[in-house]
Amino acid sequence: MTGSGAGPAGDAPPTVPQRGVLPDGAHITADGRTIGPTLMDMRNITLRFGGVEAIKNISFDIREGEIRAIIGPNGAGKSSMLNVISGFYVPQEGEVWFRGAKRPPMKPFQVARLGIARTFQNIALFEGMSVLDNVMTGRLTQMNAGLLAQAVWWGKAQREEVENRERVERVIDFLEIQHIRKTPVGRLPYGLKKRVELARALAAEPKLLLLDEPMAGMNVEEKEDMSRFILDVNDEFGTTIALIEHDMGVVMDLSDRVVVMDYGRKIGDGTPDEVRGNQDVIDAYLGVAHD
Amino acid sequence: MITVPRLSESVASIPALLALNVARFGDKPAYREKEFGIWQTRTWAQTADEIEALALGLLSLGLAVGEHVAIVGRNRPALYWSMVAVQCAGGIPVPMYQDAAPEEIEFALDHCGAVFVIAGDQEQVDKVADVHERLPGLRQVIYLDGRGLRKYDHAALTSFADVQAAGRAGRADLIETLTARTDALGPDDTCVMLYTSGTTGRPKGVVLSNRNIIETSKNSSEFDHLRPGDEILAYLPMAWVGDFIFSIGQAYWTGFCVNCPESADTMMTDLREIGPTYYFAPPRVFEAQLTSVMIRMEDAGRLKKWLFDRFMAVARRVGPALLDGKPVGMVDRLKYRLGEVLIYGPLKNTLGFSRVRVGYTAGEAIGPEIFDFYRSLGINLKQLYGQTEASVFITQQPDGEVRSDTVGVPSPGVELRIADSGEVFYRSPGVFVRYFKNDESTADTKDAEGWVATGDAGFIEKGSGHLRIIDRAKDVGKMADGRLFAPKYIENKLKFFPNILEAVVFGAGREMCSAFINIDLAAVGNWAERNNIAYGSYQELSQHPQVLTTIGEHVAEVNRSVAGDEMLSGCQIHRFLVLHKELDADDGEMTRTRKVRRGVISDKFADLIAAIYDGKPEIYTETEVTYEDGRKGKICATLKIEDAVVVPTTARVAA
Repeated sequence: MTGSGAGPAGDAPPTVPQRGVLPDGAHITADGRTIGPTLMDMRNITLRFGGVEAIKNISFDIREGEIRAIIGPNGAGKSSMLNVISGFYVPQEGEVWFRGAKRPPMKPFQVARLGIARTFQNIALFEGMSVLDNVMTGRLTQMNAGLLAQAVWWGKAQREEVENRERVERVIDFLEIQHIRKTPVGRLPYGLKKRVELARALAAEPKLLLLDEPMAGMNVEEKEDMSRFILDVNDEFGTTIALIEHDMGVVMDLSDRVVVMDYGRKIGDGTPDEVRGNQDVIDAYLGVAHD
Repeated sequence: MITVPRLSESVASIPALLALNVARFGDKPAYREKEFGIWQTRTWAQTADEIEALALGLLSLGLAVGEHVAIVGRNRPALYWSMVAVQCAGGIPVPMYQDAAPEEIEFALDHCGAVFVIAGDQEQVDKVADVHERLPGLRQVIYLDGRGLRKYDHAALTSFADVQAAGRAGRADLIETLTARTDALGPDDTCVMLYTSGTTGRPKGVVLSNRNIIETSKNSSEFDHLRPGDEILAYLPMAWVGDFIFSIGQAYWTGFCVNCPESADTMMTDLREIGPTYYFAPPRVFEAQLTSVMIRMEDAGRLKKWLFDRFMAVARRVGPALLDGKPVGMVDRLKYRLGEVLIYGPLKNTLGFSRVRVGYTAGEAIGPEIFDFYRSLGINLKQLYGQTEASVFITQQPDGEVRSDTVGVPSPGVELRIADSGEVFYRSPGVFVRYFKNDESTADTKDAEGWVATGDAGFIEKGSGHLRIIDRAKDVGKMADGRLFAPKYIENKLKFFPNILEAVVFGAGREMCSAFINIDLAAVGNWAERNNIAYGSYQELSQHPQVLTTIGEHVAEVNRSVAGDEMLSGCQIHRFLVLHKELDADDGEMTRTRKVRRGVISDKFADLIAAIYDGKPEIYTETEVTYEDGRKGKICATLKIEDAVVVPTTARVAA
């Protein structure tokens, strides 16, 4: 059940793109979305903190347009994995390939320029700023006007801000947070803050969106809303999404493919149904009976 | 100077009025909607263009003359255009409540045989999809906002933009048919069909003609001196007749601009940004705003609170008189001026009422304190009385004759008659044509001479000529000892207390009256917070001993005021209980316009009523509830039944 780099083998690619297999393993899902070629390939990643091996020789890939989940019990190494994907941690061993090229160690802003955006498990917003201003910060990588031009708000700086604001307003509309546009983030309830964080990540128009426990601490209704937004983002913008989540029910409903980790190892990889039937995964989650 | 056409005979239909408006107001704003944070304006010329494109598109989809098209969604310009486009193309628009459940939508779609549905968004499309297979006549669903619909089967699903594009592309071939159909529309052709909310039984489709809408719009616009340049905020359900009259009828007649909020949640912000000059809201909106002002004032600094209390006292004393143009002393005038600068002006600005020239409330009785609060600020808030069958207007209050306990004088063109039973009858140019496919009900409601029964009992006040409504005629009954029983009258008195959201009074054919009460979570919750009273749920708060005591005091106060009324002194409430759940339209306990369905409630809670009259101190009950997504659940609770303080009356002593 490990290793899923290649698509289902054996079938000849049909000429008309229909449900089934496309060249390079790309295919169209049952609900009509196109899953493209590999966007990110993690090859034999090992990450150590001193003597602790947080990630042990893990390989998996993320395809363009899919929703890819990383799940596992507490301390399995999920967040570390996400931090490797986002470039925040540099693994001691292994390679990260992004869009067909090996990615060298990078600073976070360089990763952001590559088109990777993320949200955090513990919300990281500017509490004193309004929702609108927070989401605007997601556009920083797209702003090129000089400091002086921005200070006097003239020429290119003005044009840029208008363009960026328009994009931001579309995201605000999309995530249905118009009513809190001018509200300071500090005054918002938890569920809405999570949504604002997603908005900021979306404002950057990412190729790959990383979500670190997007439903943590939410009630059922908030989880349903967030699930809908994640599906809509994937559907509407074609954004590839990699997410970490505890809630198995949510993961199984949302994801196209799931990586399961336990104690830093990969113990499962495949469609939700495949993962659900995997004995290792069942043992990791439910424990093993000793009789 | 723009001249408004004087005779409604000169315009035969709403589409004809639209053509006239393009000539009269061409580049003036007609519809505005906030989207992506900016108010997007469409002029009358653009509006006509959009409507034409959609009408052509509907023709290309094969809309035949006389076919019905349902429209469901939140207030958006495109949906208002749809209503007129459908008529232009020879069809009949049928707006539906956007919060209606799939079964309600199914009933209406099936009843009118709608061939197309124009739906606002995925939520509405989903509801129609749920029932589509049982509706063979439904050919296409047209959606406005395609969000989340990409994966849907598009065999019978088209986007609004595509329909318009098809219309524009096929203009050369279709324009002749469209022009012919639009020109053929006369004053007696159907302008719109609206389903009544149905306090009893199934909703009825009320057919309103162009003449109904245009004459009513003309009369009411002239009554309140509405003019081009006025602004309204369209936020009330599009399926409600009032919204049709305000946002289409009067808007087309006078040429004012209709503004649509960005979303339901931004309504208050949008209200402030637009600053409407003509405003309509049901009492509960005014009530909620007042409650929020009062709650926020409790948190204000001492100076601000002192100023507020001080100047509001001045306003209460002289504000209404100033508004009515009655004589007021020089000193008071100066005080009021100062208050305007310090308190009233900023407050009105915060509420979005700075520019309101004419404000209306209707649908339910409004509490005198609430009504006077707004009037004393200098907001010209008035009451009207109307119904769908009358194209809204039956009576309304003229400027300078505004009181909280009457609903005004007959609107222009309306004749009133009070039957021996006390029921109010009217006859007017706005009287509906018929109920769709329901001749029996039509005959029951409207007689051969055109008189329509309102179903309300009331009387015309001597001297002022104003109409006063007591209650629904069928609800007015007799108690066991023959005394008059008017539940609504008592319920309204109870509901005027901010802590009480809803009340249902029982007592017809009984020895004494009793009541179910719903607490207002906003007000009571705020009170609990301030007094460090912890509660885990609505249910727990509703049964808190202190809450029961407070409600008991309110009931006693109502009893005192009712005891003073000779006719209704028998209606004092002897026992009451506070319900463990809010009465809800989803559970069928209220109509979509939030009117109590008495019959449903007395069946559903029969065990509670029995317990009240058996004299039990408390009762355990289980109630089925429906969640917004249609799933059902059950809540159970033990409710305490309280005895209220009753004022002994002469009638009782004599008996």
